[in-house]
Amino acid sequence: MRDVSRHFGRRRALARVSFECGAGRLFALLGPNGAGKSTLLSILATLSAPSSGEVRYGAVTAREAGRAVRARIGLLGHDLYVYPELTARENLRFFGQLAGVRDPEPRVSAALARAGLTERGDDLVGRFSRGMRQRLALERALLHEPRLVLLDEPFTGLDDGSTRALLDRLDGLRREGTIVIVTTHDLDVIEPVIDEALVLREGRLWAVEAGGPGLRARYRAALSREGGHVG
Amino acid sequence: MSAEIARPGFFRTAWLVTRKDLTVELRSREIVYTTLFFAVSCVLVFAFGFVKDGRPVDDVSAAILWIAIAFSGTLALGRTFERERASETLQALMLAPADRPAIYAGKLLGIVLLLGAVELVVVPLVALLFQAPYLARPLPLVALLVTGTLGFAAVGTLFAAMLVRARSRDVLLPVLLYPITIPVIIAGVRGTAALAEPDGAAIVRAWISMLVFFDVVFVTLALWTFEAVMTE
Repeated sequence: MRDVSRHFGRRRALARVSFECGAGRLFALLGPNGAGKSTLLSILATLSAPSSGEVRYGAVTAREAGRAVRARIGLLGHDLYVYPELTARENLRFFGQLAGVRDPEPRVSAALARAGLTERGDDLVGRFSRGMRQRLALERALLHEPRLVLLDEPFTGLDDGSTRALLDRLDGLRREGTIVIVTTHDLDVIEPVIDEALVLREGRLWAVEAGGPGLRARYRAALSREGGHVG
Repeated sequence: MSAEIARPGFFRTAWLVTRKDLTVELRSREIVYTTLFFAVSCVLVFAFGFVKDGRPVDDVSAAILWIAIAFSGTLALGRTFERERASETLQALMLAPADRPAIYAGKLLGIVLLLGAVELVVVPLVALLFQAPYLARPLPLVALLVTGTLGFAAVGTLFAAMLVRARSRDVLLPVLLYPITIPVIIAGVRGTAALAEPDGAAIVRAWISMLVFFDVVFVTLALWTFEAVMTE
């Protein structure tokens, strides 16, 4: 991503953000509310176009290879992108078929098992708790084995066991060579698994911190620095 | 990319989206009931105004039929995309590695089938209340309804998708939709009115040709612009 800016009318959501993600790396996207995290994820997911600058996925941009790029991206948004009127199985089957999974049933069954929803697979999603929908939505985002995984507040509504399982899953994705970018305010949860934290403030990339202990303190210190933006 | 992944083609994608919409609708029946109720109410209100002593005013039935289709179609368009907006699933559709115009085509086919179901009730009702001999010429009638509904829904589906995140979408949709689809509605009305004329076959064919032309133009433009208008 190079010099990416995004404006909504006169409001600036992102200002000349540049960074590079290598395969098999797990990044946290941190920042206060309104810092531009969701806008950045939306641009990375190809759902929004930058006002200026460019995002390259390997050698190509989304404009050059829209479908091929989208086939490599899995997004779990703040809204969960699942149909409440369909069952969990129908949701996964629909999005799997749309992504081109040839025989979706084995993957759907495996995904339901990972989400702990095997017994509830034929229940309507509208009857699920927030945590159950969150687990289902994560499996929807990962069903087509994307190489770039974008997760917006993935820990919302998860209990301790599900949070642990998600962290293990993220670590597994990284070991398989997937790039994972997570926005979260749960710094204590994410700090053991991330490689780097990208700190956004006022639409700018304010600091880049390594993962590991003391992330919250370093994050607060970075935010309190005036004029601390990177690039 | 895994060998188990084969991106679906245009028609496969469109059918997946249509089938999903029909499954959701069959389960809730929300849109078909509200649209049908609205269309039937519309026809009944006009029947009270334009039928006196059992005799309808001349040449009003075709206009009433198409007003009912247009108004109930607007309601269906709004509700269909409101459903996608409520769970932000339109974003997931846009992110899918499928042709975005195919997603538009799938939504369009769903709307056309829904309106077709409404027309199955409304057309006989109008024919009955206004003593219009439409059902005597079923093939031209079906051709007019299919081409007219497709033209109206082609523009409506594009605009409803564009407006899905606009705050005033319920107001903006008819404001944008009706001026552009006026030629379709006029052609539908004049073609349907000609069905009742003894020597109207040639006139009906001319209006059907006009509707086919509008369909080709509107569907082509919508397929061409859908990806651009849906990328923020």
